[in-house]
Amino acid sequence: MMRLAKRMLLMLCLAACLVLTGCHGAQETSAFEIPEAFDTSRQYEITFWAKNDTNITQADLYRKAIEDFQAIYPNITVNLRLYTDYGRIYNDVITNIATGTTPNVCITYPDHIATYLTGDNCVVPLDELFTHEKYGLGGSEVLFDAPTQAEIVPQFLSECAFGGHYYAVPYMRSTEACYVNKTYVEKLGFTLPEKLTWDFVWEVADAAAQQDEEGTYLVNGQKVMIPFLYKSTDNMMIQMLRQKGAGYSTDAGEILIFNDTTRELLSTVAEHVKKGAFSTFKISSYPANFLNAGQCIFAIDSTAGATWMGSDAPLIDIAEDKLVQFETAVMTIPQFDPEHPQMISQGPSMCVFNKDDPQEVLASWLFTQYMLTNDVQIAYASTEGYVPVTTKAQQSDNYQDYLARAGEDNEHHYIVKMQATQLLLDNVGNTFVTPVFNGSASLRDAAGQMIEEVTKGIRRKKTVDDAFITELYSKMNSLYRLDQDKGGTASGKKDLGPLPVTARLLIAALVFTWAMILLYMARDGIKKRKLLKNKQ
Amino acid sequence: MKKFFALMLALCLMLACGACVAEETAVEAKSEGVMTYAEYDAAAMDAEVVLECYVQATQSWWDNKITVYAADQEGAYFLYEMACSEEDAAKLVPGAKIKVTGYKGAWAGEIEVMEATFEFVEGGINYIAEAVDMTALLGTEELIAKQNQKAAFKGLTVEKIEYKNGEPGDDIYVTLGLNGASYSFCVERYLTAPDTEVYTTVGTLQAGDVVDVEAFVYWYEGPNPHITSIVKAAQ
Repeated sequence: MMRLAKRMLLMLCLAACLVLTGCHGAQETSAFEIPEAFDTSRQYEITFWAKNDTNITQADLYRKAIEDFQAIYPNITVNLRLYTDYGRIYNDVITNIATGTTPNVCITYPDHIATYLTGDNCVVPLDELFTHEKYGLGGSEVLFDAPTQAEIVPQFLSECAFGGHYYAVPYMRSTEACYVNKTYVEKLGFTLPEKLTWDFVWEVADAAAQQDEEGTYLVNGQKVMIPFLYKSTDNMMIQMLRQKGAGYSTDAGEILIFNDTTRELLSTVAEHVKKGAFSTFKISSYPANFLNAGQCIFAIDSTAGATWMGSDAPLIDIAEDKLVQFETAVMTIPQFDPEHPQMISQGPSMCVFNKDDPQEVLASWLFTQYMLTNDVQIAYASTEGYVPVTTKAQQSDNYQDYLARAGEDNEHHYIVKMQATQLLLDNVGNTFVTPVFNGSASLRDAAGQMIEEVTKGIRRKKTVDDAFITELYSKMNSLYRLDQDKGGTASGKKDLGPLPVTARLLIAALVFTWAMILLYMARDGIKKRKLLKNKQ
Repeated sequence: MKKFFALMLALCLMLACGACVAEETAVEAKSEGVMTYAEYDAAAMDAEVVLECYVQATQSWWDNKITVYAADQEGAYFLYEMACSEEDAAKLVPGAKIKVTGYKGAWAGEIEVMEATFEFVEGGINYIAEAVDMTALLGTEELIAKQNQKAAFKGLTVEKIEYKNGEPGDDIYVTLGLNGASYSFCVERYLTAPDTEVYTTVGTLQAGDVVDVEAFVYWYEGPNPHITSIVKAAQ
């Protein structure tokens, strides 16, 4: 009977131990360590969450890249899940961090990774993987022609480093361009300068907002005209502030955006909304649709949206009978100091999520690296006004041939797309990114929302003055929780204070369970030794 | 006989009147400060609007927002990304009556209520609009006046079925033909998810199939109804 009780006690201890350590493992994965060798005798199934620009060619290219990669590594299966919205990926990742079901590889923005990093060991730091002799970038055991670290455009790579580590690799890069209806600019009596300035754009936009007594716009003879339409108002505010040398945030995450320059910029926006010269994507719809219908003169959107821009665009979302013929000029975004242009660097990056099995993580890393190969980079970049992120791809004969054939046709070599690509290639040195920290995604949202609120305010006949902007600052601060300490750096390492009671209880239970096991084993050992002595 | 005849006539009249009255009471009067559909329709863009309407369908809740297809007995509304808790989203079932405050807007031709907030109206009737046959309105200027209403389109021929991303999972673009003209429809994945019957049925259709469709008359740069039901028409 005594023996049975002891056994039961041992089993209970072991069961408790398993349950408790199981709980522990679900919430926290240990830091990734690169395995000695990639075990090709095992099968791996990894998931890749990708984003495309509502462009089926891009979706097909992801599928082709996976197929080609699986042919090289038949023991790795990549399951693709496609999104057309970064926000949805972000939201789903956050949800899946909580349940320990993140994808293996994910297209993302660095701002978003900063939030993912608040989960312990959730995102794999890539520094050691980059330089690993066998499996690093262009490593000896990598079974395809991968770029070396030195062959990734340094500026693009630096955008993926924060908190002292690389947490992503760039996948594609783009910037914003201003797609201009040159025909209408000239019809209004203006000549496009070599570089757009904000003053010029506002002046032409105001002129284009003139209507006759019946509400018909003089420039296009239609009832609809939004002279200046901006797709991403967060970029608009960020770039204006940067060009003005005004505060946005510090690298450590201090919020500087609520300043006098922002106030001045918002007042300018309000002034031109009042004249009917400006609107935004969120309020009105896609700039490309208005541009192509002859209802917009300055459409600012990503260079990765170039295939939708212009009378001959290969991708069109409006009815054929609404299309208007005009000459499209692709220009850098307006500048306050055209001698020193500044524009945002954007585009998808890829991060690798940590898993319990380091071999699975290594398989994920190999796939990530495959997405940087020339074939993938050139094919994907050619779908839109993207630029490959490696010099290896940019300088390849294939890519140079592609660039040389600009305008040859309206599909693969569509002139507006090629000019948008060239715009970024010519301005890589003029691009910038904003600091990444836990909360930087919210700050970005607030930057754009202020322009949206001012625009809506005017349209809704509200008085947009200093008091309105002061109230707006307060509203943004509270809505996006910008007044709360987010812990500064993006590394996700900060002093979280004492452990909560539940965690302390869990640890105490673990210690107790192990103590009971050891006690039992020691007692059992002593008893056996005694028995042995007695027999002797 | 005459008396009997007169009695029957009087009874018929009473019944008819009763039916009329019953029908009239089904149209609930708007509360004070609430717009009728006609007033909403006439309201300027960007004006604040206050409505009482009945939920017809919802898109999936996300990020404390929900997009609602709503209607009353006079017209229909599209409540875009209305502020809503997950708990309240579960109560936004077809027929539920809500009072909505927001701003009238137009996005790519779709007239919608933006930045809406809402409250449930207790004690009201439940109202679900019947799909109205609008086949004859396809390709006409009149269809825009029916925006967001539940419509039936009959005897259309499938011309093209195209998954947004080339495979099931996201929206499906459906091109349907009638009398030599083509019309764009959409299976909106946030309204009818890939596991719904509509989504899977559309996936099985072939060019040339003749179908009857029910849909909300959504607009994106022209009519782009969101399909809620699709069946092969009886040949």
